[in-house]
Formats: sequence, structure tokens, C-alpha cells
Amino acid sequence: MKLRIFVTLKPGVLDPQGKAIHHALGSLGFEGVEDVRAGKLIEMEVADSTDDTAIDGMCRQLLANTVIENYRVERA
Amino acid sequence: MKTAVLVFPGSNCDRDLAVAIRDVSGTAPIMVWHGDTALPDGVDLVAVPGGFSYGDYLRSGAIAARSPIMRAVVEAAGRGVPVLGVCNGFQVLTEAGLLPGALMRNSGLNFVCRDVSLTVENTGSAFTGGYRTSEVINVPVAHHDGNYFADPATLDRLEGDGRVAFRYAEAVNGSARGIAGLLNDAGNVLGMMPHPERRIGPAHGGSDGRRLFEGLLAAVGA
Repeated sequence: MKLRIFVTLKPGVLDPQGKAIHHALGSLGFEGVEDVRAGKLIEMEVADSTDDTAIDGMCRQLLANTVIENYRVERA
Repeated sequence: MKTAVLVFPGSNCDRDLAVAIRDVSGTAPIMVWHGDTALPDGVDLVAVPGGFSYGDYLRSGAIAARSPIMRAVVEAAGRGVPVLGVCNGFQVLTEAGLLPGALMRNSGLNFVCRDVSLTVENTGSAFTGGYRTSEVINVPVAHHDGNYFADPATLDRLEGDGRVAFRYAEAVNGSARGIAGLLNDAGNVLGMMPHPERRIGPAHGGSDGRRLFEGLLAAVGA
């Protein structure tokens, strides 16, 4: 089974990288970009028997820092 | 003072920390590899050095915080053994759950490498007994991810409990409430972004960092 795990900063947490990207897009002349937030995509191949509890455990214990980040899991 | 200095792949201030501690205490620390599962018996201090453990992959300090030796460090901290984390060491301690909050990319996006002024906020801990309250000291920083973050309720609690050990006396990295160094609830774990081991004598341009280790030596009494 393929997993795609999206790790994103929580709303309200300052994202300096997103701000820098936003600024660079403006410098390139792209108008109308109102906000940019940068996150991570982690792709994994796991055994089909891997259950939700294990996947949630991986996200909470390592893949995301839940002090500052949210995560979302997509199964393919 | 029997000290363990942890070494992760990518640590680069482990020797600086060991030299500073040896210079102040007269005893060379024991270097402990991240893959070990136990600390040496009877350590008086565990020091987690600066650097770029595991290349800062995933998040600064994230992989190091899950390495085998950290289970022993968390257990030692629970028994009241002083644990000092400097720079990447501070990031490791937050990722390991020994300190609240997280250290994020500097708000100005730049790596900041210079001397900064710090205000000593708490002199009641084993780490800060060598300072006077509200004293301003000068210690170098060198980091990309030193922007301390915690939610407002946590910040209020930390301030109310006197757990802010050091605060930046100038703008450095966007850190919440200017937090540069933070204690755990029991006061035996300190994480700080500035490098006290890089300010231990005239050749370093001052001794403000040395006093942290002298204070520890006096507190540990060994």
C-alpha cells in the first residue's frame, strides 16, 4: 500500500519559508498571490496489513511535530 | 563532575563542549555515542551538543531525539540529573519532549552567527547560579532554527513559573517572548540556543559562558 502523508504548519504558526516563496513570486511578477504556506510530502510504501493506529503512531511520534504541525494521510 | 557529552552523526560542537567542561571542572567528559543504550553510571551532567545531527533531516533534532541513547537521557532527567542542551541540543530536547514548544526557522530566514546580549531571568537553577538576576551577558549564537514557538497559554505558564532562564536583549531570530534559554518544570533540564562553551576565557573574548559551567560545578558539588 502506498501512503502519502502531508505535513503542514498549523494555522497561525509563522512560516518564514512560505513568506520567502511569496516574496520571490512577487519579484517574478506574478500578481494575485495572497498567501503561501510551505509543507512536506512524505511518500511511503507499507505492508497492506498496516492499520490506522500504526500510521497515526508514525505521524505523531516522528513524521509531524504536533506542537507546530498538522498531518493528513492519503492511501493509494 | 562526571559528565556525559552525547555525540550524534552531524554533531559539531561536542568537542567544544567537552573542552569547556574539562577546563572548568578538571575532569574530561565521557563521549557517549547516540547508538548506546545506557549512560555511564553516576553521571552528574548530561550535555547535548550543537551541530546538525542527521543533517537536520525531517526537522532539526527530530531524528536524534528518537535515537537509542535519548531513552536513557529522558530517564536520567526524570531522576533529576541535570541535562544541558545547547543549540541543536535544545532542538533535540524539545523534540524528545523534555522541554515544551519547538524551534522554528529564524523569522529573518538567515542563519544568524554573531555575539548577542542575553538577560539572565532565572538564577535559581543549577545552570544559572553563577549569574545575577537581570544581568546582561554576552554569548555567541550560530543557528538557522532558533525561533522558539509555543502557544500563548504555554508561554504564559512558562513565564509565570519562572522557566525562562535567558532572554535575548536584542532582536535575533523572532523567538516568542525573546526566549533564548528554557528550563523544564523541575529546573534540571536547560535548553538554550546561545553557545556558553564558546565564551569560556580571554581567548574567546570573554568568560560569560564559563560561569554557566562554574555554576553547574558548584551546584553538583562534585
